[in-house]
Amino acid sequence: MKTDPVERKPLWREEFSIFKADEKYVSRRQLTKFLTLTSLGMFAGNIWILAKSWMYKEPSYPVKAVAKVAEIPVGGVKLFQYPGPEDQCILVRTAEDAYVAYSQKCTHLSCAVFYSKENNRIECPCHEGYFSIKDGSVLQGPPTRPLPRVVLERRGPELIAIRMQQEPEG
Amino acid sequence: MEDHNSERSQHLTMIDGAMALIFVLLTVQVWLLSATLDTFLAGHREAALPGAIVSGLLFLGCAVLYRFITRAERRSG
Repeated sequence: MKTDPVERKPLWREEFSIFKADEKYVSRRQLTKFLTLTSLGMFAGNIWILAKSWMYKEPSYPVKAVAKVAEIPVGGVKLFQYPGPEDQCILVRTAEDAYVAYSQKCTHLSCAVFYSKENNRIECPCHEGYFSIKDGSVLQGPPTRPLPRVVLERRGPELIAIRMQQEPEG
Repeated sequence: MEDHNSERSQHLTMIDGAMALIFVLLTVQVWLLSATLDTFLAGHREAALPGAIVSGLLFLGCAVLYRFITRAERRSG
């Protein structure tokens, strides 16, 4: 019967030493182990994002009438839901024949944004994030991403939402 | 006993150095994860693969440092 040439201490003696230097050593080694496991967790997070990006499918958006031209005055606002019933959007008539619509969820912490007619911009009341009325880009504040835009098309007296656009064109 | 203590204090220095390096790697990894997630949520999916590769390399670095510590301990008995 072979015996282990290096006689190892039992685990409890390694982990619960009576020497102060040993105790410090063990606690730091354990912290290092914990940090390494945390690093593994971060890596798993990145793998999860990768898997999600591989499984991602381009969403299909419904074509939906969201407003009648006559019901919104110049500088007026209409709220509607697009693409789903839970997705609040804001439509602004900026000129006689110009309309823009964006998701009403602030890209910072999802507060409902509103149109400020005085400043001609979209504002978030929670943390003073301001978005351009022209393309939804961030003008100021904590949000880092622009507001998703609802692409509109005018068909006779109606405004039709065609799809969502995450980034401003150009 | 003194030999044992000086050896342990050498190991403590070594483990402190390794821990500092792991902290740096972990900080970069936290930033990388949040940046990749933010980019992914903004609709840019092309950053996911390089993010995962770099995160894997950082984890590998942490694992190598941890292994170095445990091996050094085993060598010293």
